[in-house]
Amino acid sequence: MIEVFLILLPFFGGILSFIIPKFNKVIGLGTFVLTLFFVFGLGLQLLDKGSYYHFIGGWDAPLGINLYVDGLSLVMLGLTSVMGLSLSIYAKKYFICKQSLWFWTIWLFMIAGLNALFLSQDIFNFYVTLELIGLSSVALTALSDTKEALTGAMRYLLITLLGSLFYLLGVALLYHGFGSVDIVILSKKIESIPVAWAALGLMSIGLLLKSALFPFHFWLPLAHSSAPAPISAILSAVIIKASLYIQLRLWSSLFIPLGADLYFEVLFAFFGSLAVIWGSIKALVQTRLKMLIAYSTVAQVGYLFIAFSLALGGISIAWSALVYLILSHALAKSAMFLVAGNLLHFHGHDRIIDLDRIAQRLPLSTTAFALAGVSIIGLPLSGGFIGKWFLLEASITKSNWVITCTILLGGLLATGYVFKVLGFTFTKTAFSQETKNISLSMELIPLSLAIMAIALGFFATPLFSLMEIGNPFFIIRVQP
Amino acid sequence: MSTLFVYAIVGIGLFSIGLYALIMQKHLLRKLLAINIMGSGVFLLFVSLSMRSVTGVLTDPVPSAMVITGIVVAISATALALGLMIKIARKSAKAELCNLDQE
Repeated sequence: MIEVFLILLPFFGGILSFIIPKFNKVIGLGTFVLTLFFVFGLGLQLLDKGSYYHFIGGWDAPLGINLYVDGLSLVMLGLTSVMGLSLSIYAKKYFICKQSLWFWTIWLFMIAGLNALFLSQDIFNFYVTLELIGLSSVALTALSDTKEALTGAMRYLLITLLGSLFYLLGVALLYHGFGSVDIVILSKKIESIPVAWAALGLMSIGLLLKSALFPFHFWLPLAHSSAPAPISAILSAVIIKASLYIQLRLWSSLFIPLGADLYFEVLFAFFGSLAVIWGSIKALVQTRLKMLIAYSTVAQVGYLFIAFSLALGGISIAWSALVYLILSHALAKSAMFLVAGNLLHFHGHDRIIDLDRIAQRLPLSTTAFALAGVSIIGLPLSGGFIGKWFLLEASITKSNWVITCTILLGGLLATGYVFKVLGFTFTKTAFSQETKNISLSMELIPLSLAIMAIALGFFATPLFSLMEIGNPFFIIRVQP
Repeated sequence: MSTLFVYAIVGIGLFSIGLYALIMQKHLLRKLLAINIMGSGVFLLFVSLSMRSVTGVLTDPVPSAMVITGIVVAISATALALGLMIKIARKSAKAELCNLDQE
């Protein structure tokens, strides 16, 4: 029953905080604490009895809608609730009265959509939850109410609607061809006929638009950089991975068993590598901090798709690399965006050259940025390192040297843009700047997120065993 | 079968026209209309594909239910987009997406 509450709780929280705006902060924070507890309970239940289905209202699949919980969904739910709680604590101080009126309701709806997505097990539910998430994240992006933010939000809205329509067309074809939208039933019925491949192509285009893989990344930098800091953080950390999660589910249970995924493997690797190089170079030449971080997200999405392509190529370690990269990037990137939010608040601008002795005046924020940078670059012992290490191992196993070189080059470029920012935190600008105070919690939250990104590197083994409950990737193990 | 074929072709046609207009048109209202036309194309295809027998007597009710959900989503998305468009028009005096990268 817990999984139903994971969806209902944020929904009712959102409605309540809209009806009683006086207590919206308390309601919001309370909901997130409860959600975190529920995810914890779900984890215990999962460890106890393994992956399981929940039939909503007691109706089984062809008639009703099933929820499904396994290791992968648990990890994503855990990530969402941890990010949700920390960003809420940050947002409590960040948003002033008028914005906070809207923020909490839409924010809780978005979390409800995310939770529902990670628990879904049918392709039409994925569509509905994608739209929920898309619409609420567009509304949140527009919250800062500047010209950039509105333009970014509009572009984002058009792209997310376009992506959803492509996806829905794919759903229509799959339903027509095989008579169900439930993934388990589909996986039994699906055959390698043109309808299946047309649906695969349409759904992939739609989801790639939303995940912002290289040729489709054009909307991301503006939307992610002009949104309010906590929103930028959740957009980069979880939202773009939600559509990737659907890709994972579709491929691992429907399309990999069909075979002939060679073209997609090459395609994902090609565009992933281009994304790594292009995103990193663009990040390197940016003059504004939030833009730099947003372009770094473009590069990191490239890594995710390189891992995905290697996993499609049948190398099982690439799946672990993929999930690990998702987690470490989420934590590190959100820490970076929150630090950028702090600097924007502190100085009133985020031009990298004009950062004025940040290292001395905001030491906690600078530390957070540096630690997050360590994980993004993939220096040893951090979470990012484990992910990239597995990725390298997978590419070497496959003897794909182009990918190996791209991964290494991407790391080098990442070092460049992280240190470009860190270098300017020590310098003094020629002119004096007015500064505003930053409350302690706004500095501590990014720091703790960055520390978590590093700490991920120390908990690789338990995380992997948790992730593999229910064998979400259908990896065939040879019993010794 | 041929009736179904006509509906499917019209659906795909609407989808393509909408896609073309979405990319080529500059005014935001036209872009929104394009998105809605694309949506209608998908819905038409979805509903027409539910006709499983040749005579059209037996229809599958599930796609209709899904299309209703889709229409609800499309309406709320359009409402949000119109609201955003009005805000953009007030800020920049024209309802178009300007290229901010060059500024």
